[in-house]
Amino acid sequence: MPTYRPGPVSLLAAGLVALFLLMPLLAVVPVSFTPSRMLAMPSGELSLRHYRALVEDPRWLDSILLSIRIGVVSSAFSTLLALCFSLGVWMFQPRFTALLVGFVLLPMVVPPVVSAITLYFLLTSLSGLSSIFGYDTWLGVAMAHSVMTVPFATVLILVALSQLDRRIDLAARGLGASTWQRATGIIIPNIKFGIVTAALLSFILSWEEIGVTLFITSVNAITLPRLMWMGLRDNINPAIAALSVILILLTVAVLAVRSFIQLRRPARS
Amino acid sequence: MRHLTNRTGAALLMAPLLLFLAAAYAWPFLGVVKWSFTLPEPGVGQYGVLLTDPLVQSVFIRTLRICAIVTVASVIGAYAITFVWVRGSPAQRIFAEFCILVPFWISVLTRAFGWVALLSNRGLINTWLQAVGITSEPLALVRNEFGVIVGMTHFLIPFAVFPLASAMRSLDDRVLLAARGLGASRTRTFWTVFVPMTASGIIGAALIVFVFALGFFVTPAILGGGRSVMIAELVYLRIFQSPDWGLGAAISVVLVIFVAALMALLFRYIRPRQMV
Repeated sequence: MPTYRPGPVSLLAAGLVALFLLMPLLAVVPVSFTPSRMLAMPSGELSLRHYRALVEDPRWLDSILLSIRIGVVSSAFSTLLALCFSLGVWMFQPRFTALLVGFVLLPMVVPPVVSAITLYFLLTSLSGLSSIFGYDTWLGVAMAHSVMTVPFATVLILVALSQLDRRIDLAARGLGASTWQRATGIIIPNIKFGIVTAALLSFILSWEEIGVTLFITSVNAITLPRLMWMGLRDNINPAIAALSVILILLTVAVLAVRSFIQLRRPARS
Repeated sequence: MRHLTNRTGAALLMAPLLLFLAAAYAWPFLGVVKWSFTLPEPGVGQYGVLLTDPLVQSVFIRTLRICAIVTVASVIGAYAITFVWVRGSPAQRIFAEFCILVPFWISVLTRAFGWVALLSNRGLINTWLQAVGITSEPLALVRNEFGVIVGMTHFLIPFAVFPLASAMRSLDDRVLLAARGLGASRTRTFWTVFVPMTASGIIGAALIVFVFALGFFVTPAILGGGRSVMIAELVYLRIFQSPDWGLGAAISVVLVIFVAALMALLFRYIRPRQMV
């Protein structure tokens, strides 16, 4: 336990920062109940019309389904690639590991706009070759999202592996387990939590992705953030406030479940 | 395949991801570099434009100014809340963690929209100011540089928290006890012992925030309303609105070089802890 505790001034400063951090999230709640067709504070009367619009307007539903599909495909793909790569790093400890890991992490550190123009170049080039993977196609977006999420998945799986005791793998090896048996029977079951977290994070990053998506979609592959963007740029559509409230509640719920699982885990092991 | 030799095993497992990124990231990046030297005509003309065009220059200067302000604001804000997160009572810690993590996980669009809802002419703050009678006209809080700075600071505070927290956690409590025991007040201990001893975290946080802020695009585009364009948004405009792919590509290349230089600096200050 720290013996040096924050005094009243530090608490006040932290409280102001906390208020600053939560304020925009709280501000969308009253706006989402406005009866007006424009962005405004409700005066007196409250209305659920913007929540209804989310359900009734097929564009919102279509883009939600598209975002889920892209998220699932890109998360599965990037988690699988990241898992294989990390297993290779951990089991064989090849030379130049640091260099190779550094290469894999590039999309995470390069400015997003540079990744966006890079993936724009990729997809417009692919458009000439095939019509399913190119610019403004859902598979193209899924592939681009995989590029962007794979570094995060790799980091999480490598961290999970770094906490694994090498001796259990050595024991399996000594008892004659093959490479495949070591990977699937020993290592993967021990880093399950890390793999699931990696898949979940990849899904969330893809679900929220907007910087790259803006560059590589125009009219067909309208993901949810893309549709929100369109509603934010010109005339602000208060349906976005309703959607934001739902997204914030979902985030808080997921975080709560996650900390609950984390709290329970040490009790088990 | 019972016992793979080290080399084949590693190659088989690591190749798919490396090949994927080589094909889907490294190769197209080289393509962008090529654009910057060939569009609209071969040569280094686009880099010349970067150096001479007054519009590009004013965007560069504005970007550096906004990034500097945002960096200072984010690091100070993050320091205040991290201090309570690391050193507060258990209840204070849980609350601080909630305030840091919830915004961190919420999409950049939702957060930018929240600021629009607060700061716009008919938003929460202006409605309140006019209702109370402090102002008669709505204040211009958004669709200008102020809105961009507020939104970016909000986005980047959580990123500054992590390096600061690791610096504050690794600090030896006994040093603080010694300062207190020798008669330093709590305030004096904070400013003359605690803050200097977390300097590496402060530098790391500042560099991370600055690097992230440079390539930032969504928040400035929404909260700047097209009036205070930053460098990343300029790339977007050059690709999609006034098709000048060569200039967009050249700006991207310069941005990468700049960020690489800053990252090199970062690694000199924070030794990356062993990842594997």
